[in-house]
Amino acid sequence: MNKIQRVMGILFGGALWTATGPAWAEWELNLTEGVTEISREVFDMHMTVMWICFWIGVIVFGAMAISIVKHRKSKGVTPATFHESTFAEILWTIIPFVILISMAFPAAKMLIKMEDTSDAEITIKVTGHQWKWEYEYLDSGVKFISSLHADSREAATPGSGIDPTTVDNYLLEVDNPVVLPTGKKVRFLLTSSDVIHAWWIPAFAIKKDAIPGFINEMWTVVDEEGTYRGQCAELCGRQHGFMPIVVEARSEAEYDEWVTAQLAAAEVAASSADREWAMDELMERGEKVYGTYCAACHQANGNGIAGVFPALNGSPMVLEDIEGHINIILNGKPGTAMQAFAAQLNDADIAAVVTYERNAWENETGEIIQPATVKSMRIQ
Amino acid sequence: MSEVAQQRYYVPEAAKWPIVGSISLTMLLGGFSSYLNGSASGSTVAFLGLGLLVIMLFGWFGTVIRESESGMYQAWEDKSFRMGMSWFIFSEVMFFAAFFGALFYAREFSVPWLLGEGSGGSTHQYLWPNFTEIWPTNGPENLGESDFHMGWWPLPFINTVILLTSGLTLTWAHHAIKSQNRSQIIWGLILTVCLGYIFVFLQGVEYMEAYHEGMKLTSGIYGSTFFMLTGFHGMHVTLGAIMLTVMLIRTMRGHFTAENHFAFEAAAWYWHFVDVVWLGLFIFVYIL
Amino acid sequence: MNAQATDAHHDSDHDHHGPAPGLMRWVTTTNHKDIGTLYLWFSLIMFFIGGLMALVIRSELFQPGLQLVDPHFFNQMTTMHALVMIFGVVMPAFVGLANWMLPMMIGAPDMALPRMNNWSFWILPFGFAMMLSTLLMEGGGPAAGWTLYPPLSLQTGDAFPFLIFSIHLLGVSSIMGAINIVATIMNLRAPGMTFMKMPLFVWTWFITAYLLIAVMPVLAGAVTMLLTDKFFGTSFFDAAGGGDPVMFQHIFWFFGHPEVYILILPSFGLVSEIIPTFSRKRLFGYSSMVYATASIAFLSFIVWAHHMFTVGMPLAGEIFFMFTTMLIAVPTGVKVFNWVSTMWRGAMTFETPMLFALGFVVMFTIGGFSGLMLAMTPIDFQYHDTYFVVAHFHYVLVPGAIYGIIGGVYYWLPKWTGNMYSESLGKMHFWLSTIFVNVLFFPMHFVGLAGMPRRIPDYSVQFADFNQIATIGAFGFGFSQILLLVLVVKCIRGGEKATDQVWEGAEGLEWTVSSPAPYHTFSPQPVIK
Ligand code: HEA
Ligand code: HEA
Ligand code: HEC
Ligand code: CUA
Ligand SMILES: [Cu+2]
Repeated sequence: MNKIQRVMGILFGGALWTATGPAWAEWELNLTEGVTEISREVFDMHMTVMWICFWIGVIVFGAMAISIVKHRKSKGVTPATFHESTFAEILWTIIPFVILISMAFPAAKMLIKMEDTSDAEITIKVTGHQWKWEYEYLDSGVKFISSLHADSREAATPGSGIDPTTVDNYLLEVDNPVVLPTGKKVRFLLTSSDVIHAWWIPAFAIKKDAIPGFINEMWTVVDEEGTYRGQCAELCGRQHGFMPIVVEARSEAEYDEWVTAQLAAAEVAASSADREWAMDELMERGEKVYGTYCAACHQANGNGIAGVFPALNGSPMVLEDIEGHINIILNGKPGTAMQAFAAQLNDADIAAVVTYERNAWENETGEIIQPATVKSMRIQ
Repeated sequence: MSEVAQQRYYVPEAAKWPIVGSISLTMLLGGFSSYLNGSASGSTVAFLGLGLLVIMLFGWFGTVIRESESGMYQAWEDKSFRMGMSWFIFSEVMFFAAFFGALFYAREFSVPWLLGEGSGGSTHQYLWPNFTEIWPTNGPENLGESDFHMGWWPLPFINTVILLTSGLTLTWAHHAIKSQNRSQIIWGLILTVCLGYIFVFLQGVEYMEAYHEGMKLTSGIYGSTFFMLTGFHGMHVTLGAIMLTVMLIRTMRGHFTAENHFAFEAAAWYWHFVDVVWLGLFIFVYIL
Repeated sequence: MNAQATDAHHDSDHDHHGPAPGLMRWVTTTNHKDIGTLYLWFSLIMFFIGGLMALVIRSELFQPGLQLVDPHFFNQMTTMHALVMIFGVVMPAFVGLANWMLPMMIGAPDMALPRMNNWSFWILPFGFAMMLSTLLMEGGGPAAGWTLYPPLSLQTGDAFPFLIFSIHLLGVSSIMGAINIVATIMNLRAPGMTFMKMPLFVWTWFITAYLLIAVMPVLAGAVTMLLTDKFFGTSFFDAAGGGDPVMFQHIFWFFGHPEVYILILPSFGLVSEIIPTFSRKRLFGYSSMVYATASIAFLSFIVWAHHMFTVGMPLAGEIFFMFTTMLIAVPTGVKVFNWVSTMWRGAMTFETPMLFALGFVVMFTIGGFSGLMLAMTPIDFQYHDTYFVVAHFHYVLVPGAIYGIIGGVYYWLPKWTGNMYSESLGKMHFWLSTIFVNVLFFPMHFVGLAGMPRRIPDYSVQFADFNQIATIGAFGFGFSQILLLVLVVKCIRGGEKATDQVWEGAEGLEWTVSSPAPYHTFSPQPVIK
């Protein structure tokens, strides 16, 4: 028994020691201290509670170890006969109670602070989708979708043969990161279009669920410039492990620049619906859109997953019914995982992906769908 | 070391009905599942399972009744049955509690949040700005497009009176059993059972009215809670009425003595439980 | 406890027949010992099935990248692993132990409702056949986690109704089992066996049975609402109709939190039987143990939302649930301190049951500590849905609940079979299990704190080392369990004959009957002074 004790002691002590030992930092054994006032307070409270538990453990396991070593039959002891002590019972009811109260009050205070989303300077609406995040900066109108970076996606495809260790930030990189200015109070409004997701950045110590039909709020103020990574933290289906979050905190000036650039790019995209597109152009764009938005379910080869996600390769709808095809992409199919893409994709994207699906794999319809067609269906 | 209590407990040797029960339940539920998935043979299997279940119930209860009538049970066994029944009823109470909880949660939390109260400000502002209904509601998307509200007058009130009266007639029958006044028992039971069936009938009338007004199970949270609560209650009334009908038949066959009538009491407890649930429904679903 | 009993079995055997011969004996039996045996074997088989699923999980997580299974199948494994372990392993094992031992411990002739007892068991294999068969269906089994949160769970394919109804079946089984136990304890105690003389295993089961009766129907209600939301157009969990997905979580956890105490309280009882025996000293603070158990059970009804700190509850709710949750540490602490005080100045020996009990006390407490950390809302925001939580609950479940069960099995195995098991195999089983279980679950604390979410089939490369260690531990722990199987089979087949008392320090009615215990024990009942 004392052997277990020792092993446990070493393991537990090791955990605590590494928490403070900077040499182990890159091993990442402990919570991060993070880069916000809140995250540092959380870290401190975490350490305090862990130490309290550690010392209680030392006392309890210590007493046990002493009995095990000393009060064993093989030492020829005769057992004592006591089996009750009201005094001891009261003592070890009250002491833990006091310890708990002394932990609970600071925790409650901290919680009140964490839940105070008032006076935010920037508000970002974050919408979870299976399996990507949509961001909308409510003050400036910047809006984009952020999903797993193509390098990670490729490496995470079964049978790709790519060694994940060769991919930068494997599974923690996105195509479009969120950009925030440092030193400003940012408020997040979280919601979802399908199932529950959760938005979490460890370095900010904020995590909250994105619930369809409801909006949850949370806030942060980032002190240091840098790139911070997190992940979806609520099981949301097949690709739950593959919807990371990346936040870039920049100086205010850089942030403003970024906003301007985003708005300009959005304008260019919006005008794309007004011109005729060529087949190659649509196919090229379509393949990209398909890879980012559709392949997670319908698979890159268009064959879907039997019984879960239908094949588009050879699907009668894709081959024959143009209206139905565009319609299901725009509006989704309620009650299934097929979501409405009307808000996420612009006309050109949808036209491209429809064209792509109708001409990729064994679907060789030769049809070209123009953004204008999509636009007209949107208006109905 | 010397004393030994002399009582013996009746432990049956072997029981074949439980395994029949398991098989029938599996057929019933598995068949129903396939039916829900759109399989053609599902409902056949389900009905076979249901039939088997009914056979099992007759067989099992038949055995118990025979044993009881032949005096194999003493006060001791009787007490076990009583405990079994009372804790079963308690578990039923908790089943209803889940649905009452849902009603409570929807009214106290989810609907107000959708309306922007409490911490739901942003929810209302950004997601459901046009939603204003308080209660009853079929939700921000106006599901089923009916905002019909089932008032407590007249049908539900009449039904309340009926159920409460049936509780009284049943108590009357119970007293009669203790004094072994057989015709009073029979009349008490007949009245109770009839009131029960009238209740179920009126509940059906009420459902027709609701459907006529377009208020269905699919009419948002009001329809969901209304029909699930009253529906499960109605099923329990039906079950209770069947139990009492069996008691009626047994009484006519001369079962039950002033001391030994546990089955009757179990059915009566069940009936009172159904009564109390109805009072809860009447208050929380219809009046408030 | 100074219970005295007659050797009732000697003069009571002749008027009852022994077991009926053949396979039908097991199908139709109403004997509490037979049914206990069935439950225990069922549980062991399910443990291997659930464990194999865990090994699939651990194998996929051995390295970063997707190697073995599709993420969808991975999620099915996670979901099924938990459902099997909770409903198929721990709960049936407890009911099995209760069936075998409760009547013997309180001097009862059998369980109070013997036919229903048979039914409670025989629903289980059917329920699980239905649940496991979903893995073979179109679209696979349920993959939304054992917590079945909508709307995700509503995306389940053909498996969905089968899953819901199998949960109903399992619920019916446990409710009937619990009712039977309550009725037995309340009605069939031998004369003189007052409540405050009952062994602690009986007490903890008594309280657990109430928890079961109170919360299983709530689970049934919750999954019924899922079913109607999916197939009949209700909108309990759909904001569009005025419902709320979070409502499901409240109802589920109103069941779920008491459920986790259902999974531990009988183990508390088992450990409270074992430690005094091998310390050769009466249990310290018997009555406070009873009150502590009752307090834990009571508190378990008002802490549920600590699983939901991140759903955006109102502040007052978060604070309330944080305080109540932290309070549970007090009665649990009382239990731990009492166990240690029982050992204190005893005369301890370290047979296998005692080793498992000691392992339980240490490692359950470690799991309790991490539970306490999770209970603190502001810091739970960092832990929630990470491997830190996985580490927490495996510490309380595996070296907690499972160790309690294994300890109980070793403790009573000689009473069941009449033979002593092999102590050296037992010790080997303990040491291998204990080393590997820590190799398996301790590193999960680290990856969790470092930010690895749970329920993911693939992870970024910085978590690789500890995941590898955990996987090695999983295989080590899993294969060590084969020793248990070997040991039990050997013990049934033969071995040194066990005495009636078996253990030098053992006290209680069950040790007054012969080993193996006669088919019918106490009919008529003994009188306890
Ligand atoms: C056997 C099962 C079991 C047991 C006994 C416990 C015991 C406890 N659990 Fe655990 N828990 C689970 C099973 C269990 N849990 C499971 C399965 C989950 C995850 C479910 C899922 O999401 O899938 C979970 C998740 C879980 C969460 C949610 C985490 C999250 O998802 O974010 C929380 C949060 O509060 C929590 C808290 C606790 C607490 C405070 C205890 C307390 O009872 C512990 C009390 C014990 C001690 C504290 C140690 C001994 C005490 C002393 C020595 C006294 C002195 C001590 C002090 C004063 C500190 N548990
Ligand atoms: C009592 C409950 C219990 C028990 C005993 C266990 C036991 C184990 N659990 Fe389990 N686990 C849960 C309850 C339990 N778990 C729950 C509730 C969850 C949460 C699910 C969710 O998120 O929804 C979970 C989730 C969970 C995860 C997280 C999955 C994820 O988030 O994606 C992991 C990962 O490592 C894991 C691993 C293990 C391992 C390795 C064991 C080991 O102890 C298992 C030991 C292995 C064996 C016993 C195998 C023995 C068999 C053989 C070696 C083969 C021999 C074969 C024959 C003889 C036929 N579990
Ligand atoms: C989260 C998973 C998911 C994603 C992402 C997804 N789909 Fe689907 N899709 C589905 C499911 C599930 C269905 C089946 C719906 C049903 O039951 O009819 C479907 C159906 C379809 C159909 C109809 C197929 C048929 O034969 O009936 C088309 C076309 C389609 N999706 C196109 C797309 C396109 C284009 C994208 C990307 C822009 C996309 N899907 C993204 C899950 C998804
Ligand atoms: Cu989104 Cu997990
Ligand atoms: Cu809990």
